Amino acid sequence: MPLLILAATLLLLIFAGYHMGRSRSIAVSGGATHELHSRPQYYGVYVAVWCGMPSFLLVALWLVLEPQIVEMIMVSHLPDSVMSQGSDQKNFIINQITNLATGGIVGSDISPEIEAAAGEYAGMRQTGFAAMVVFALCIALAGLAFSRQQIAKTLRARNRVETIIAAFMVVASTIAIATTIGIVLSLLFEASRFFDKVPITDFLFGLEWSPQTALREGQVGGSGAFGLLPLFVGTLLITFIAMCVAVPVGLYSAIYMSEYAGPKMRAIAKPILEILAGIPTVVYGFFAALTVAPFFRNTGEALSLEVSSESALAAGIVIGIMSIPLVSSLSDDVMNSVPQTLRDGAYALGATKSETIKQVVLPAALPGIVGSVLLAVSRAIGETMIVVMAAGLAANLTVNPLEAVTTVTVQIVTLLVGDQEFDSAKTLSAFALGLMLFVVTLTLNVIALRVVRKYREKYD
Amino acid sequence: MTELSNPAATAIRRPDLTGTRLKRRYAAEARFRAYGLAAVGAAIGVLVLLLVSIVSNGYTAFAQYHIALDVTFDAAEIDPDGARDTDVLRRANYLAIARTALRAEFPEVTGRSDKRALAALMSGSASQTLRDLVLENPEIIGTTRRVWVKSSDDIDSFMKGHITRDSAEADRRIKDQDIAWLDKLIADGSVEAQFNSTFFTGGDSREPEQAGIWGATVGSFLMLFVTLALSFPVGVLSAVYLEEFAPKNRWTDLIEVNINNLAAVPSIVFGLLGLAVFLNFFGMPRSAPLVGGMVLALMTLPTIIIAARAALKAVPPSIREAALGVGASKLQAVTHHVLPLAMPGVLTGTILGAAQALGETAPLLMIGMVAFIVDIPGGFTDPATALPVQIYLWADSPERGFVEKTSAAIMTLLAFLIVMNAVAVLLRKRFERRW
Amino acid sequence: MAMAAENLAVRTPDTANIKLIARDVSVYYGEARALKGVSLDVGSNQVTSLIGPSGCGKSTFLRCLNRMNDVIDGCRVVGDITLDGEDIYDPRLDVVQLRARVGMVFQKPNPFPKSIYDNIAYGPRIHGLCENKTDTDEIVEGSLTRAGLWKEVKDRLDKPGTGLSGGQQQRLCIARAIAVNPEVILMDEPCSALDPIATAKIEELMDELRENFTIVIVTHSMQQAARVSQKTAFFHLGDLVECGDTQLLFTNPKDERTQGYITGRFG
Repeated sequence: MPLLILAATLLLLIFAGYHMGRSRSIAVSGGATHELHSRPQYYGVYVAVWCGMPSFLLVALWLVLEPQIVEMIMVSHLPDSVMSQGSDQKNFIINQITNLATGGIVGSDISPEIEAAAGEYAGMRQTGFAAMVVFALCIALAGLAFSRQQIAKTLRARNRVETIIAAFMVVASTIAIATTIGIVLSLLFEASRFFDKVPITDFLFGLEWSPQTALREGQVGGSGAFGLLPLFVGTLLITFIAMCVAVPVGLYSAIYMSEYAGPKMRAIAKPILEILAGIPTVVYGFFAALTVAPFFRNTGEALSLEVSSESALAAGIVIGIMSIPLVSSLSDDVMNSVPQTLRDGAYALGATKSETIKQVVLPAALPGIVGSVLLAVSRAIGETMIVVMAAGLAANLTVNPLEAVTTVTVQIVTLLVGDQEFDSAKTLSAFALGLMLFVVTLTLNVIALRVVRKYREKYD
Repeated sequence: MTELSNPAATAIRRPDLTGTRLKRRYAAEARFRAYGLAAVGAAIGVLVLLLVSIVSNGYTAFAQYHIALDVTFDAAEIDPDGARDTDVLRRANYLAIARTALRAEFPEVTGRSDKRALAALMSGSASQTLRDLVLENPEIIGTTRRVWVKSSDDIDSFMKGHITRDSAEADRRIKDQDIAWLDKLIADGSVEAQFNSTFFTGGDSREPEQAGIWGATVGSFLMLFVTLALSFPVGVLSAVYLEEFAPKNRWTDLIEVNINNLAAVPSIVFGLLGLAVFLNFFGMPRSAPLVGGMVLALMTLPTIIIAARAALKAVPPSIREAALGVGASKLQAVTHHVLPLAMPGVLTGTILGAAQALGETAPLLMIGMVAFIVDIPGGFTDPATALPVQIYLWADSPERGFVEKTSAAIMTLLAFLIVMNAVAVLLRKRFERRW
Repeated sequence: MAMAAENLAVRTPDTANIKLIARDVSVYYGEARALKGVSLDVGSNQVTSLIGPSGCGKSTFLRCLNRMNDVIDGCRVVGDITLDGEDIYDPRLDVVQLRARVGMVFQKPNPFPKSIYDNIAYGPRIHGLCENKTDTDEIVEGSLTRAGLWKEVKDRLDKPGTGLSGGQQQRLCIARAIAVNPEVILMDEPCSALDPIATAKIEELMDELRENFTIVIVTHSMQQAARVSQKTAFFHLGDLVECGDTQLLFTNPKDERTQGYITGRFG
């Protein structure tokens, strides 16, 4: 709340700065605004930017750095009895202190030292906040005064403003790169902490996945197996089933709509496919759990087959349904870019439509279609909600679609939802899995995009 | 000049244009076409199946069965001092009052377990209903009124036909005794289905009959606000820069490849990023709409950039040249001329990106939105949940009553998405220009 | 067998047999009328050329002869066209059969993205002309030879057809059309995308082919029409203005529009 007030005040200052700058520029020119280098509003924006940017930067930096700095100071004042404990226990205590200070939920036993440290922490945070407000307002006012004083007829306000805006744009563009770097770094960082505890070869080639961590030293049943293979095989099995549904249906519907369907049919079918594409995956997951899985289980019973209620078949088929629009629209684009003269050449030889499509259009479009299938595979591998709601939790190394399997994404969710100690191998394994997932999907995407691009060059 | 190797022999053979071969070819053609039609039909059929299955499960959630009780607001019980002090009024034992009222209908019921079973016909919110009534109108203290209270979720399920009389008593949650009592109440006209407004105004609850989506809806919209506030400006600025100003060199190529790849990264990886960076490194509050909004903003950013670039590219260069020719600076040409013309496309892309963000669940699970949150969030840093996450949590609940609530919540979410998509399509149709 | 280019057209046309008869043919694209009541006879084993300025309807007329206009949405053909006495627009007639009997070569060479061998073999395979590899080999060799391409490609039959030069690609397309043994070959400005040497080769080819096939060619080059054809039809704004023996048409046109086009006053 106080933060909002500070933000509102700064905004007001910025507004005021704009008006002051604008009116000053008019005053300086004595009313003859055409003698100014730029239009008056640019002078206004100039002042506004000088007022607002430094102060907002200050506030942003302060908000980010202050908690860390205060925490460091507080930790340095902690008694030795706390400092000598193991890092897990130490972090736990520090978390308790910060939670208590910010009014969060704490455990039951709060020693007087912890309370004192929490009081110190809260006090420092408050002082820090007050200091930030003061500094921010001072800088804003200083910026305002400084820039206003610079206003003269020859001041190239528009150029300066445009340079500043250009800088904003460059920063905005690099946010995308920053995101990717952020993803890679954070995944690598946490995953490397995992690989400190579990060797990477065990992870990549292990056949058993049952993540446990010993809560205490020497606890029975505490050793966990962190082998990736059952998860990988489960993911591939479900993805394979999904593609068995999505590729034929998607491809054939694309063929029908681009070659055979009349405009009325296209007007109905295209929006319906777009609707299929827009349904949130959690809805598909519910549908899978509510309707599809029981259907398969009951059918299995009727045919005296053992079908799990969390079968790979149910999850795979629903993921396939979700992927139909993707395969269909990408294949449609690809087939439309095959030049008409190829089709004409085949028709002129007396080929039927299906012969032309099967033997001329599809082979010509094949690289593009392969690219779209790869993109669909990548999407299916990264799919989370449908499998969380319809597939199993226990790792099971099998290729039988009637059994329950689990996937990489399900495990990531299971491991991170709920109480976590951030240093346990169990929690960190989720990041290792995330890293695997990211690398695999990135590779598939790069290959797919390259294939599609190379194909497009052939015909343009 | 050219040598013909036996022209006579090859000249004789003409294609088989009659008979079986041609018939076979046409049969293959018809089959091929039928497969295509079947594929389209299958896609449509699945969509219909999905919608029917959700709606058929969900439409019953909009009505809730209530039981009418003749409640005596005993002054001795509620307000012994007669001072009408709100604290005292609030803390009175309304549960007992409700139970008394119900037992009055069935004087023959004795025995503790039977009495408890009888009281279980009502929802736990019955006491809440009575309390709210008294706090609003203290003058009813001392009178007897007919009040409608919610029935329990099992009774509600039974009345809606999800639990039937035919199944064996041991398998049912409603026992024959309960049914007998219920029949009497029905005969008295004391059981009625009313519009379930709690669904739209209430927050989450452990009891299905009290559960509502308002908390999740507020959370979702707070998050959406943050997402758009962050990703729209950054996205448009990036797109303008990349499309209009950036030099064509390796650096910008890299950014473009980057954006295309980011658009295809699984959403759960963004959740991991949010967990590692926003929650652990920056220490932001778990499960807050602010954090959720930031994660979703990173996810929506590539979509907006790609859509905005396409819209900017569609504006013909002649317009830019005309502006420059009059002496406008490049930035002026873009902001005064190109951007307004590209705006419909940009907005369409943004709305579609927002619709995608509204339906995302996995990244929100990563940043801790799985907690059971009853209160409606008041600000951006209060713990909150989102509509798709609420759906996921309810889908996981064992109570039968949550199935219809989940389906109804899905219907609400789909309604929002349909509206957003319709707005985007309308925008595109009315304002987009074809050059 | 070498003949000087100027002598090609001097040979007496074989007027004994008429292969295709068009009567009162009009073509509509939506509401617009592209061809107005064209009547024309195409004789067997000779080259008939259709000339006229751009947009006069000659390509549209050509495409009527093998019903390629069916592929265009919104195109409507009215009138009678018969091939050896059979109405080709009869609903009972199979268009696939028609196109196997009336082949087409397009303005821009359009080889399939397959090997040279497969390009030629495609037509025969779908029509069941060859059951085994030896038959197919024979047909491929025969077609390529007749198109004058065999010597140049016989060592690289498995290379893609798109890897040939423009002139070779067009001859490949001609070979592909020949492989199905049609009765008529339609050519829509076959040399417009080629250089003069390739053009000369194809004109020679046309003259050889007319021994076994009936050829109708659309061309925007009057000199080409004069060189290769025995019969010429002049189109203007959707009308068939004049039609007759090539030499006579070019030396002594009956209509003044023909005169104007030939002398270069327009078009």
